[in-house]
Amino acid sequence: MPKETPDEILTILARDARTSCETIAKMTGRTVEDVEKAVRDYEQRGVIKTYFTVIDWEKTGCEKVVAFIDVKVTPARDVGFDAVACRIARFAQVQSVWLVSGGSDLRVVVEAPNLRELASFVSEKLATIDGVTGTTSHFLLKRYKEDGALFFDSEQDQRLVVSP
Amino acid sequence: MSQSVSLKPLSKTALEVPFSGIRRFFDIAASMQDVVSLGVGEPDFATPWSVREAAIYSLERGQTTYTSNYGLLELRREIARYLNKRYSVEYNPDSEILVTVGVSEGLDLAMRVLLNPGDEVLVPEPCYVSYKPCVALAGGVPVSVETRSDAKFAVTADQLKAACTAKTKAVLLGYPSNPTGAVLSRERIVEIIAFARDRGLYVISDEIYDRLTYDGIHTCVASVPGARDITILLNGFSKAHAMTGWRIGYACAPEHILKMMMKLHSYTMLCAPITGQVAALEALKHAENEVENMVAHYKQRRRLIVDGLNKLGLTCHMPLGAFYAFPSIESTGLTAEQFAERLLMEERVAVVPGTAFGAGGNGHVRCSYATSVERIEVALARMKKFMDKLS
Ligand SMILES: Cc1ncc(COP(=O)(O)O)c(C=O)c1O
Repeated sequence: MPKETPDEILTILARDARTSCETIAKMTGRTVEDVEKAVRDYEQRGVIKTYFTVIDWEKTGCEKVVAFIDVKVTPARDVGFDAVACRIARFAQVQSVWLVSGGSDLRVVVEAPNLRELASFVSEKLATIDGVTGTTSHFLLKRYKEDGALFFDSEQDQRLVVSP
Repeated sequence: MSQSVSLKPLSKTALEVPFSGIRRFFDIAASMQDVVSLGVGEPDFATPWSVREAAIYSLERGQTTYTSNYGLLELRREIARYLNKRYSVEYNPDSEILVTVGVSEGLDLAMRVLLNPGDEVLVPEPCYVSYKPCVALAGGVPVSVETRSDAKFAVTADQLKAACTAKTKAVLLGYPSNPTGAVLSRERIVEIIAFARDRGLYVISDEIYDRLTYDGIHTCVASVPGARDITILLNGFSKAHAMTGWRIGYACAPEHILKMMMKLHSYTMLCAPITGQVAALEALKHAENEVENMVAHYKQRRRLIVDGLNKLGLTCHMPLGAFYAFPSIESTGLTAEQFAERLLMEERVAVVPGTAFGAGGNGHVRCSYATSVERIEVALARMKKFMDKLS
């Protein structure tokens, strides 16, 4: 079955959220009003969730501690994993929560200012939630690529300035 | 120091072929800082990683030898499959496909197997800078057929007819066009093929930009009825797959023509580099999504740059293919050379004067949009300053 082709407005914003509606209008051949309306509509419908920036915190000297935590959960009647997952997702320290296949059920990304706070979050908050039967933490050691952005020296434009 | 000798002059043919009009520009632009270049005729993307990785693995496995003169059979099979699937043209990978060192070599071979001294080749202009020199180096005589902006630079069968003489041997088509972005409609190609057959002419079709069309799918010249037996089809990996530096292209033609091309190639080139051939094979097999993604980028940038140029009063039709806009600069009262030179010196934006591409190019400049949205916007802002100063 052929998949729907994504709206160009979304693919452009997914690439660079700062692209202005004026520029998007020119790139897609639509009017500015048209693009503005579509973006507003996407925002209202929750298709566009948020706009954020990928930052190499390490370069700024203020890196946070990040852990990927595999969580085993006993699914509850009627709501399955949703109740526990939503509960976990509400903590501000939690960046992402996904239901995944494999050995564990939820994969949670947690960010904290230091190791002590992270450890206490896991042991006091996460592990104690009803339905959570186990956690395995993996600490982030080094970033190579995140959300499509390379964290090592990417390639420079090496082309000649003018070529046939 | 050796004693001075009075050597005999170099080859007349070599001396007489002019340097490309692009060279002079390149020399100036390359010596300047902070230039935003719209003068680049190659993709701004690096070769897709899976393709590079396949080449790296092949080196690790010691694939560092010559290949068959024709090129790797597996690659030729994949090329045949591609052409068949996309354009329903059939070429036998055993005898009708030759892997070349870019379309550049394919062009040279095509001219050398077709032409006797004095044979004329019809060359619609403005066109890629190598066409006329390749004809001349093979002993032929290039005959310019000027196309015009009001016809969106698409040559007609009537124009070719008018330029055809008893000495005409072939027609050289290069669509989608560098520098104009023009494409030929299927009907137009049918008329041209009818004309060529009528006069017993060969057609050389450089379709290196076949994947870079933005409103509808490209028509492969060899796919129209009656075209295949008179056509040498040239294509390659430089543009759509962002593989300029690998130097891999291919030529397809009926066996009796292709065999002659292979013969010359076996003496002058032996074979195309094996690492590039391995990479090209991977590109055909697994890089389709990446090609489509790059095309989507070009399509968006094309609208952005054309809109921007038109707003500056540099009128520009929407190019249907390749990655060039070819705006008219007539409103400025400058020649293409003056415009390009002053824009470079005063605002540090590099474009290529249309005159570098032959007849019909004056009054125009070529602006490549194989560059990021951000750079295009900077270039347009600088061009606006330039235009404001002029008016
Ligand atoms: C129309 C056209 N033909 C051929 C070439 C040369 O291609 P290749 O890299 O395959 O030699 C170019 C490169 O700019 C081109 O624009």
